[in-house]
Formats: sequence, structure tokens, C-alpha cells
Amino acid sequence: MTDLSQTPASGDTPMPKKQGQSLLELSDRTKRRNAAETRFKAYGIGAIAIGLLMLLVLVTTIFSKGIGAFQQTFVTLQVELLESKLDKTGNRDIDDIKKVTTFGYAPIIRGAVETKVNALGIDTPLKAKDMAGILSKDAAATLREYVVSHPDQIGETVEFRFLAQSRVDGYLKGRVSRDSIANDKNISAAQLDLVDALIEADVVEKTFNMAFILGSDASDARPEAAGMGVSMLGSLFMMLVVLALALPIGVAASIYLEEFAPQNWLTDIIEVNISNLAAVPSIVFGILGLAVFINYMHLPSSAPLVGGLVLTLMTLPTIIISTRASLKAVPPSIRDAALGVGASRMQSVFHHVLPLAAPGILTGTIIGLAQALGETAPLLLIGMVGFIASNAPDSIASGLLSPNSAMPAQIYEWAKRADPAFYERAWGGIIILLVFLITMNTLAVILRRRFERRW
Amino acid sequence: MSFVKMTASTLAIAAVSATAAVARDQVQVAGSSTVLPYASIVAEAFGENFDFPTPVVESGGSSAGLKRFCEGVGENTIDIANASRAIRDKEIKACADAGVTDIIEVRIGYDGIVFASDINGNSFEFTPVQWYKAVSKQVVVDGALVDNPYTMWNEVDPALPAQEIQAYVPGTKHGTREVFEDKVILAGCEETGDFDVYKAANGDDKKAAEKACIALRTDGRSVDIDGDYTETLARIESNKDGIGVFGLAFYENNTDKLQVATMSGITPSTESISTGEYPVSRPLFFYVKKAHIGVIPGVKEFAEFFVSDEVAGPDGPLAEYGLVADPELAKTQEAVAAEATMGGNS
Repeated sequence: MTDLSQTPASGDTPMPKKQGQSLLELSDRTKRRNAAETRFKAYGIGAIAIGLLMLLVLVTTIFSKGIGAFQQTFVTLQVELLESKLDKTGNRDIDDIKKVTTFGYAPIIRGAVETKVNALGIDTPLKAKDMAGILSKDAAATLREYVVSHPDQIGETVEFRFLAQSRVDGYLKGRVSRDSIANDKNISAAQLDLVDALIEADVVEKTFNMAFILGSDASDARPEAAGMGVSMLGSLFMMLVVLALALPIGVAASIYLEEFAPQNWLTDIIEVNISNLAAVPSIVFGILGLAVFINYMHLPSSAPLVGGLVLTLMTLPTIIISTRASLKAVPPSIRDAALGVGASRMQSVFHHVLPLAAPGILTGTIIGLAQALGETAPLLLIGMVGFIASNAPDSIASGLLSPNSAMPAQIYEWAKRADPAFYERAWGGIIILLVFLITMNTLAVILRRRFERRW
Repeated sequence: MSFVKMTASTLAIAAVSATAAVARDQVQVAGSSTVLPYASIVAEAFGENFDFPTPVVESGGSSAGLKRFCEGVGENTIDIANASRAIRDKEIKACADAGVTDIIEVRIGYDGIVFASDINGNSFEFTPVQWYKAVSKQVVVDGALVDNPYTMWNEVDPALPAQEIQAYVPGTKHGTREVFEDKVILAGCEETGDFDVYKAANGDDKKAAEKACIALRTDGRSVDIDGDYTETLARIESNKDGIGVFGLAFYENNTDKLQVATMSGITPSTESISTGEYPVSRPLFFYVKKAHIGVIPGVKEFAEFFVSDEVAGPDGPLAEYGLVADPELAKTQEAVAAEATMGGNS
């Protein structure tokens, strides 16, 4: 009414106004409306605050519980590789050396610990076997692996950094205390005394643990040796399969549906079904994968190839929907111009529309992949949970076909194991997975920001 | 765009052609989640000490494992099934129908089943009778079958502390459940003499009476846990009155959170189980497909390694983790070496 720039029609008929009421004085109704608006803003801020609080709680929990997994306690020892134990024949025949199992290495480690403790002058009531009990069972494996690959070193003294067993590690991290081990048969108070003395002597120390990020899964008896590396490779191969299948199939399907297909009941049905497919719970794809890929097509179970195929089915709708949306966002004038200068429809799509839609497609694909990366449920059914991620693949074929786990499946597996040390690793695994997911989502945002065009 | 297409098609072709080319070279094991830790310890040591790749061990439960085991013979079926109970006749038949006829049964040792509660709560000294009375669906009061009326442990037996009855028992897909039913509930049922009442109520049918005995109450005082022991532990941590059923190895790894109850006056330990004093224990098995020996590399070597003295003996890593070593291990070793199948037709 006061705004002169408005259309003449509204200017001609001023709003009816109550007699004797100033514009500056708010009517009751206006006050109520304003109050409602203020309240609504408060609700909004409240909702955001609750959301942020939840996020904060989640992130702090994950980090406080999981950060410990990135550090590990190591024990540095000088080990004399006794020829009498490791190579009785003395002819350095690799086959003879390999006959000595890890059980045969135990006395050597026992001796090394005892020598170290005596050399440091630590007084302990423990026998050599219990002294060596502070070491991980992985120590013998580390030693054997070294000897088998360096047979010429037999007879010499070599320095090793062995993992400490999970209870000792927990003691250094504060997870295990002298009170909590009262009934624990895996460690005794005397062993903790020994650990204290060895910390003094800088023999036992807690350092960053690369093996957690790069290593393979370990059995229930040695949680300290378990790592995410192999299952990370499993996830990588699955993502390659998903990318190689879901991207071309998804893009081809959406280009056809969007640019070429006639609008009729058939394409409508397809469209509705694609949207439905996006809402199907992922476990259903797992059952489908088990029935079709493993039981019918006889692909190997637990293989990342099968996992990738299942996740492809799951990711396809996401990619199709986002691709169609970005194709739709390209203005028709571009197509018209291309067709107008004589391009065929295919030329107009591939030379003009697709390049302009590419950033959107890429973003949709990355988000689809991130979703697939964090998916656990279908993997349970195709056998990717268990003690699986123990052999690093040595070629692309074995990466696709040898049994392997995936990051979320590995986390699930660790979370259900008995030793509390695995629980810490499960949280640590979540941190690694989150880093991947955040990186991928950030990449999607950056790509969209950088290449997106607006008309 | 063309780069993406190239990579995509190359990968697809590689994937498809590789499927046909690569033969399986590692042993595949699946089955009981109770045996899983032991099997994974052995698999790890096997991978370290032999030139074979580390075998793959999946969990999923005894029944699920045996079902996959019985799917047939061939590279895409598993070689070994772990089970926390003996294979059933029904399963042997299913196996035979699918062509899996020669099965080698290997007993690796014994596992104790323990009853544990929150470390800071009351301590318990149970008998099978008390458990039967506390969690059975129906009990006999004054000679008649009534729905289980007990809500507190001291109502069941004045010797027990005044604590709400809240039991977390393994779900029916677990092999542990069967042992719990047989050695605790049914034993208690028979000991109280309630069994005869059930028998009379079921027209002298022994099978039906047994079934009625082991039916557990469904009013929420006894909860079936279908997940793993970690889930039972989480339930007890959130409900301090809860009493859970665990494997001995799991309890021994969580002694800072759980206290164990005695059963008939015996504290569960590897010693009391191996002497047979502690009543609630069961043998653990794995089953080997004989047809896969010599076809999949390492199957026999793995089975032999599993039951070797160094591994499954009383001082081996399995005993250290909580397995009760089998006193007749030597016999088992001989049977595995001779590839003796079930039914004796080796």
C-alpha cells in the first residue's frame, strides 16, 4: 500500500484498516504472528542444536574409544637366533628351516626375554615362560618370518620389536588396571610389575601402530596384531567393481530414459520401479546375491567380486536417479541449438548434454560409492564376515576372487569378538571408515562447487 | 569419458575371464561361532607355518555351517564345517542326498558353558533344579502344572539372593542352547520329579514330556539371545540383575566385567571340566569332506594340524584360549591321519 513500485492494481485498492490505528502500533494479530515466527525460529535452532549435540557425542565417543587402536605397545628385544634350535642340520637348507614351526621359536623368545630381564637386573618372581607371557603370540610368527627370509642371519643376534600382548597394551592405555585383572588368567600382577620395570628401562614403549592401518586380521588369541589393511583392499576391489559396472550401466540407462525413450506407460513403470529399488533394504540385495551369484552362477563365496556385484545392484538406482536429475538440469536450449545446427540426437547428447551434466553424474556416483562403502548387511549373507581378511591379495584376479572382507564387515566382526582389545579396534576401524567417507563426500562437494554450471 | 569406458570394460572383462581361470587354493571353513575363535587361531598358525594360504573361517552357527557343508561336493562348497554339537542324522541324510557321503568327524575338545552375572552384583551358587524352576514355562506346584509364578531367585530357592529373575539364554539357532536344555533344564526337571507330572500330562509320551520340560517362559524373564556373547554381555551391563549364559573362553576374556556362578557347587574351569566334575560342558567338532582331500590343497594338513598335540593339546594355544583339551586326542589324530569317515567305511 505504501510501496509505489507495486502493480497499480494493488495500489488502487488500499487494504482496509481499522479506524484510528497507527501503522507503527502492532495489532494483536500481528503480535501473535510475530511471536509464532520467533517460536518457529527457536524450534529450528533447537533442532539444529540437538543435531549438533548428537554429532558431537558420536564423534567424541568414536574418537575417545577408537584412537587407542592407532597406538600399540612394543617390546624391543635382542634375540640370538640359535642354530641348535632353528637349523639343526646346519646346512641352511630353507626346507629344513621351514620345518621348525612357530612353536619351536617359543624357547628362543623365552630365552631372549630372560636374558634381557637379567641384564637389566630386574628382580621378578616369574619363570621365563611367564616373563615371555607379556609378549604377543605374534612374536614367534614375526621371528619365523624373519628367519625364513634371512636364513644367513642364523647364529647371530638381531634386534626385534615385538608386539606386547593385549592385556599389557591395555595396561599402558589405561584399559586394564591392577583391580580389573584380579580374576584374569591371561596376566598376573607380577607380570605388570615386570612391565613397569621394563617401561623404566625403555624396553617397553607405546608408539604409533602402522600395522593397524596396513595389516591383516588376526585370530582371537592376538588382537594386538589385527589390522584393517587387507579388508581395506577388499573394499577397494569391491568399489572398483561397483564403479566399473554401476557407472556405465547407470549412465547409459539414464541417458536412454531421459533423452531417447518415448514417454509411455512402459517407461513410467520403469521409472517408478527405479525409485522403488532405491528404497529396498540392502539386506534384500544380499539374499539376492547369495541366491543368484553364488548358488546359481557359482561364483566363489566371500569374494569381493560378488560383494561388488551386490553393491552394484544397490548403487545403480542412486546413480540413475542423480544422473537423470543432472541431465534434466541441462537446459533444452542447448539440445535445440545442437539439433538446429544439424547434429544428430546422439551427437547432441554426447557432445553437449553429457559434458554439461558430468559434474552432477560424478557427484551422484561418488555419493553412491560412499554409501556402498559403508554397507554391511548384504556382505553378511555372501560370507564376508569372519576370520577372512588374512591374506593380502597378490594380483588383481586374486583381489577380486580370493575371499576377503570389507571395512564395515571387519568392524562388525571385531565388535563381536570376546577380547575387549578387539572392541577398541572396532572403534579404530570406524575412524578409518569415517575418514574415507568424509573424504569421498568432501570430494563430491568440491567437484560440484567447481564444475557446476548454472543457467 | 573414453578413459572411464576403457577402464570399465577392461575391468569387466578381467573379472569375467578370471572367474573361470583361478582355482581355489585355500581351505574354506564355516559354522559354529563357538568354534570360530579356535578355528581362527589354528588357521592363523597354519598360514604361518605351512606354505598354504591362511584358511578362511566364517561364522554363522553350527546348523548354518552344516547346511552349507551338505550343499554338495565341489570347489564352490566349503571343505570343513565347525559345529558345537554332533551332526544330526537328518543332516547326514541331507549330505548324502547332495553327494557328500564320506564325512570325517573330528572332535577337537570340550567347551564349558558358564553362568555369569555382573561383577558388582550378588554371587550365585546354582543347581540345575533352580534354573529349571526359574526359567521353565510351567512348573509343578502342589502336584499340578501351573504357569511359572516365580519372579525372584529367592522364591525359587531361599538359599539364593533376593534378586529379580532375568536370564539371557542363547537362542535356538545356537548349539549352546541344546546343551543348556539337556544338561541344565532337563536335568533339573528330572531331578525335581516334575518330569513324571509332565509325562502323565502328555499321556506317557516321553518325547513330548521332554519337550514340555525344556519349554522356556515367554513372559520376558528369560530372553533368547540370537546374537553373540557380546550381546549377552551388553544386556547384563545395562540390566545389572541379568544372568547370562556364556562360553568359558568368553568369560575368561571378560573377568573384569563378569563373575561366574558355580553349578552344583563346582566352579567352572578347564580343570573341572576336563575331569567331568563341572556338569555343563559339551564336545566341539569339525567335519571334513573327504572328497575335498587332495583336491583343495591343504585340507588334510589343516585337519591334522588342528588336532596335533602342539595345537589342541593341554599346553597348546587352544587350551590357553579356553578349550578343554580332549584326553583322547591321540585317537582323534589317528582317525584323521587314516581319513576314517563316519560309519566306518573308510
